[in-house]
Amino acid sequence: MEVKAVIDQQPKKKNIFGKIDIRAYTMIGALIAIWIFFGMLNETFLSARNLSNLFTQMSVTAILAIGMVLVIVAGHIDLSVGSIVGLTGGVAAILSNWMGMPTSVVILCTLLAGALVGFVQGWLVAYRAIPAFIVTLGGMMIFRGALMGITKSTTIPIFDAQFIALGSAYFTDIFGMILAAIAIVALFISMFRKRKSRQQYGFTVSPLPLELAKLFVISVLIFVFVVTMNSYKGIPFPIIFVIALALIFSFIATKTTFGRHVYAIGGNVEAARLSGINIQRHTMMLFVFTGLLSAIAALVLTARLSSATISAGQMYELDAIAACVIGGTSLMGGSGTIIGAIIGAMVMTSLDNGMSLLGMETFWQYIVKGSILILAVWIDIASRKRKTN
Amino acid sequence: MPDPYFQHDTTGVKRMYALEMINITKEFPGVKALDRVSFKVKKGEIHALCGENGAGKSTLMKVLSGLYPAGTYDGEIRIDGKPVSFRHIVDAEQAGIAIIHQELALVKEMTVGENIFLGREPRKFGVIQWDQLYYEAETWLKKVGLTISPQTKIHSLGIGQQQLVEIAKALAKQANILILDEPTAALTESEVEILMGILEQLRAQGVACIYISHKMPEVFRLADSITVLRDGKSIATLSRTETNEDEVVALMVGRELTERYPYVKKTPGHVVLEVKNYSIWHKEKPMKVNNNIHMTVRAGEIVGIAGLMGAGRTELAMSLFGAYEGKAEGEVWIEGKQVHIRSVQDAIRSGIALVTEDRKRLGLVLGMDVKTNTTLASLKSISHLQVIDQNEELKWSQKYVDELKTKTASLETAVGTLSGGNQQKVVLAKWLMAKPKLLILDEPTRGIDVGAKYEIYHLMNKLAKEGVAIMMISSELPEILGMSDRIYVMREGQIVKELSHDEATQENIMMAATGGE
Repeated sequence: MEVKAVIDQQPKKKNIFGKIDIRAYTMIGALIAIWIFFGMLNETFLSARNLSNLFTQMSVTAILAIGMVLVIVAGHIDLSVGSIVGLTGGVAAILSNWMGMPTSVVILCTLLAGALVGFVQGWLVAYRAIPAFIVTLGGMMIFRGALMGITKSTTIPIFDAQFIALGSAYFTDIFGMILAAIAIVALFISMFRKRKSRQQYGFTVSPLPLELAKLFVISVLIFVFVVTMNSYKGIPFPIIFVIALALIFSFIATKTTFGRHVYAIGGNVEAARLSGINIQRHTMMLFVFTGLLSAIAALVLTARLSSATISAGQMYELDAIAACVIGGTSLMGGSGTIIGAIIGAMVMTSLDNGMSLLGMETFWQYIVKGSILILAVWIDIASRKRKTN
Repeated sequence: MPDPYFQHDTTGVKRMYALEMINITKEFPGVKALDRVSFKVKKGEIHALCGENGAGKSTLMKVLSGLYPAGTYDGEIRIDGKPVSFRHIVDAEQAGIAIIHQELALVKEMTVGENIFLGREPRKFGVIQWDQLYYEAETWLKKVGLTISPQTKIHSLGIGQQQLVEIAKALAKQANILILDEPTAALTESEVEILMGILEQLRAQGVACIYISHKMPEVFRLADSITVLRDGKSIATLSRTETNEDEVVALMVGRELTERYPYVKKTPGHVVLEVKNYSIWHKEKPMKVNNNIHMTVRAGEIVGIAGLMGAGRTELAMSLFGAYEGKAEGEVWIEGKQVHIRSVQDAIRSGIALVTEDRKRLGLVLGMDVKTNTTLASLKSISHLQVIDQNEELKWSQKYVDELKTKTASLETAVGTLSGGNQQKVVLAKWLMAKPKLLILDEPTRGIDVGAKYEIYHLMNKLAKEGVAIMMISSELPEILGMSDRIYVMREGQIVKELSHDEATQENIMMAATGGE
């Protein structure tokens, strides 16, 4: 009897992104409010063309934020991602333009370069116990300097059409619809498989109509997204990177031992150590991941701008951190979600995009963005206090 | 002795006390930490305060030093016969009370002089008068027999010298009442000699010293009077010349054993843990926290480790578990095979589990839920290719919630919101899931309610019956006596006595733990 009572109280179902807490719902609400606000002030904001632009714009910040979430959850910080974006972007341009390498080689080498710098930084943080703030602050300067060195402080254009496509191609309408169909079918299959497996274990599952209704809403959203994108040029290529990476890293964060260990380390490093978790290896891996993700972001950015410049990626680390924080990641470590960070990135980019459309001066844009960041955390801290009191 | 307060007869009984604490009662939610304690110290006397761990000594001193402000306790404090009420630590300091804590409260990066006058720097118009500060610091240092420059940084001093600086700092506050909490715990023998000499000098100058110590030989060498606390009550105040170590120890432990423990006679099996000639170095200082330990724990046996705070029991447990930072020497054998444990992972692989004494800080990730805390140490067993089988996770954590009768709203409740007893059950579940051969429990029932305590005792018996070797560290003597098949008593990093269940009594354990005869 008691067994059943306990199980009954479990939350209905978690979606693929893991637990969406109330915080994330508030963020979605805030995002919609921002969209409506800009939509009312300027009708082009909600046009298919602008939304398509907006998603492309946010892709780089979102990719960086995905890696940043896990680093912050583990109680560290990575200030070097912007410079890694610049450096690996430069590497990609040099390989493509100066050395004439095929796109596949360029991609592979760029990713390797990103992972390598991440590895070195991770090793210093994990095995030499140098604070991540210092290692990555140093890295931020070193990589920027290295970028200037290897590019001789010039802008290197990209001519390889295949490479450029990474950042600026669109999927055809048909292909977009096929992707949407596959995604929706996959969602339904995974729901039914999960229900079946839970029933085999004798756990109660939430009522089928409720789950179906939820999936239906998600399916409609996917469909609306694809139709909107198709009414302009189709789904922008970089968005697929963001979605794929978000899925992969959400899976890592919520379903694997690695992810679980990272959250435990951030929650209580001593308890994690005394539970036999290898803190050092996990910490190092996190920095390898941020390096790798920075390299992916660099490929997208370089392709989109069709050139590598010495200022590429400057200040991106702060955008990524802000996206995480707005999305509910605690700088104390131990909590934060990938989906939250993506929403955070969307909020940041929507503000950028909307304010530019309104023709607001740049200085206002900085002031507003900074204020929103502080406000978001203020509200969060205040609501958490109310909960504990 | 010219001091008028010191003349017992002429000025009346009341006035000869430097300090009187009368009927002090201090309650914490659910516990009476002090129950009508009375404690009086004369001028120019060294008064030892003795009692087991948790007897109320620290609480009493916190009341006296203003850490627990007036109003949060009942009773009266009088200094030189005048009632006082301290609302803040500063009030107590101004009344001439200085406390020297077990853990030194010095700022390591500052100089000796800066530390002595920390917060009370001599100043003119807000500007610190450094010459005056260092000049005065030097005079105070001379009083405690230190010939170092007051400009020396604290971190370059040895522990003994730091202890003396603490005393100089207390004296510089013109303290008439000096409280020393376990002052010799980190001192070498020659440093202890110096400290004793200084205390005797202070006594001659009329300072009242309250000396808290576990070490009987020290108490009997120094103290004029001895007050024994037990379970939050003042049991007796004795004059040193009229008592002896046996009597003091008997008073310290003299409670009646009314509590019942579900002791089961067991037949121990093969040797699971054998430790030979094991020594552990302190993580920072060049001294050993454990020396030359020899011990065995058999399958199906509960071995109790008794000892007073600072005896090195926790360090031993942490070191066996690969979690102590100091270097270890000697041999550890698990089931007849020598093992070299360098990390917690090694220890878990060898079949060792440790339930730490501080579950909030070391045992649990408070923000995570019951389920994730339960499986944290054995995720491998429920994962395929690093992917956690979440159904298996639910199944196992539910199994332990049922088995240990953990009271939780759901498996997804954050453990931080559970009661102490239920938190402890989650920690136990985590380690039961790891299927250990040797289970080390460090203060397994500290701070949890009686009901949960008994469930944990029954669980220990059940595990022992299933063949798990259990090593239980506990500061509660009745628990040690009530649950252990065999008892090791530790003192100052060494095992000083081994007793069987039938031989052991509160008195002989306490005698061994305090170093009495």
